[in-house]
Amino acid sequence: MAHSPSLPSPSGSLARQYRSFVMRRVIWLAVLLTALAGTVIINIMTGPAELAFGQVIRGILDPASLSAGDDIIVWQVRLPYALLAVCVGACLGLAGAEMQTVLNNPLASPSTLGVMYAATLGASLAIVFNIDVLGIPQNYLVPVCAFIGAVASVLLIVGLSRTFGATVDTVILFGIALVFALQALISLIQFVADSDSLQQIVFWTMGSLARATWEKLAIVAGVFALCVPFAIRQVWKMTALRGGDEYARSFGISVERLRLTVLLRVSVMTAVAVAFTGVIGFVGLVGPHIARLAFGEDHRFYLPGAALAGGFILAGASVLSKSLVPGILIPDGIVTALIGIPLFLVLLIKQKRRAA
Amino acid sequence: MTDLFIDNLSLSYGNTVVLRGITVPALPPRALVGVLGPNGAGKSTFLRALAGLGGYTGSATLDGEDLGTMPFHRRTGKIGYLPQSLPQGTTLIAYEAVISACRAVRPDLPRPAIETMVEDIFDLLSIRHLAFKALNTLSGGQRQMVGLAQVVVRKPALLLLDEPTSALDLRWQINVFEVVRSVQDQQDGICLMAMHDLNLALRHCDHVLLFGQGRVISCGAPNRAITPEHLRNAYQIDGRVEVSSTGIPFVIPNGIARELTRDSDQGTINT
Repeated sequence: MAHSPSLPSPSGSLARQYRSFVMRRVIWLAVLLTALAGTVIINIMTGPAELAFGQVIRGILDPASLSAGDDIIVWQVRLPYALLAVCVGACLGLAGAEMQTVLNNPLASPSTLGVMYAATLGASLAIVFNIDVLGIPQNYLVPVCAFIGAVASVLLIVGLSRTFGATVDTVILFGIALVFALQALISLIQFVADSDSLQQIVFWTMGSLARATWEKLAIVAGVFALCVPFAIRQVWKMTALRGGDEYARSFGISVERLRLTVLLRVSVMTAVAVAFTGVIGFVGLVGPHIARLAFGEDHRFYLPGAALAGGFILAGASVLSKSLVPGILIPDGIVTALIGIPLFLVLLIKQKRRAA
Repeated sequence: MTDLFIDNLSLSYGNTVVLRGITVPALPPRALVGVLGPNGAGKSTFLRALAGLGGYTGSATLDGEDLGTMPFHRRTGKIGYLPQSLPQGTTLIAYEAVISACRAVRPDLPRPAIETMVEDIFDLLSIRHLAFKALNTLSGGQRQMVGLAQVVVRKPALLLLDEPTSALDLRWQINVFEVVRSVQDQQDGICLMAMHDLNLALRHCDHVLLFGQGRVISCGAPNRAITPEHLRNAYQIDGRVEVSSTGIPFVIPNGIARELTRDSDQGTINT
């Protein structure tokens, strides 16, 4: 998608110069991808039973070489866990990046605008009231309910920013209000929940990858893979939108339609990401910023960069969550929040300075 | 050949009617029309309406096709509208900004064709040296040139430019007119340009459309449309129109027209 040297020789020297200009970004993407792969392997190595690097590689390439115990550890426990971290992180990174572009707001992300909490509320309702629709298994029903919650919050954000003007401050303040309101509602549900559901919801609000399975991984990866082609189709429109709404409209881009379709996609990705892991904040905020610094805002690089950065952050956080206190798995949501909040504050202050 | 007919057009901004009864005689191909008038006269509203970004009543047709009902994609191919605001200062480089403006709406064109178009436009606007600079490192005037490049790159037959020279120094102002002329020559196109500088209009435009008091004050060749009387009616100023040693007319404002000062304190017109 990014770079195809096989095309006929460029018609002019600007195009040729641009190709060597983007080569640096392609290299950075490759570096990030390598770092991500490295983190996944470290993630598989880390845990109560320590595995060596060679063991992990051999075990993945040739499962038969592992002992029965190691086989279960690698294939049933750690591999789905490590890959779910990557997929959820990638979903959140991509969702955050697209959200920041369509809302023209560098502080937007699924967690700062409450979309994630709305998804949590939807999922909590499904868990507590044990909603049963046509016998659909809970693995599918919970994400659907989370999605309904996420879409509702996105529509609310779009509606309110249309009514009151979509300045950076208004949208963020509204998002904060939404987060508080949703947290109160989630608490209310916890209050009425029985002890079994309560445990599930508490686990949810902390955000953890601990219950990763191959099925959950397949659902998250499948949804991500489904969303990517749509993101690719709109990649130039999204880049053009960076000039501002008025310019995008003048080029002939239907800005309202673009905004709505992208936000729906963001809701789907957020919902499926948090449906199995719970609230994992700040990945969707920090991932896009790393991508913007490294790749600029040409969305052909910015979007894959944000997805990779998101995957990398969550994969790294999940290694930390296993290794900070040996033997204890700290919920990943807590780790990402502790890393993310200082970064969020730095971004907020920089934003304020730029506005002043 | 491009034909633009505007007949009895009325425009609103919010619930207020800003302009009514705009009728412009048929404009010949390659016409460069200066759209003039005081602040709030409706210049931007007029251009936005023609670009399909704002409603109007009355009739406006381009090559016989009604602008109000023209499908979005065809409008994109024929009309280029430059907003009054500058493009946002982002980390996008100028080359990406221009190429994305083209590729976002013309997925049908092969990549080499678009690259040639973009290359041409950077040369035409003489901004090749800015191609690899991020927009947030450019000056206001440089960003304005990039914005113009984004619009002109598709070589639209009808150019609607809202104060394209507002952030530019003299040399770049003249450059903009040369660029517009060059694009018009290639497309036999028409350009409507909102501006505040009357002398630029007198020097470079073929026609002038002067708005004021919620209507068209005058319309026609610059030296006939810009007269002391029309200036008083539109801007509430006393001014003279003199002729330079090279035969080109220019405006010298003397001051605010005395009998009208009380009404024009706010610089707005009640409609």
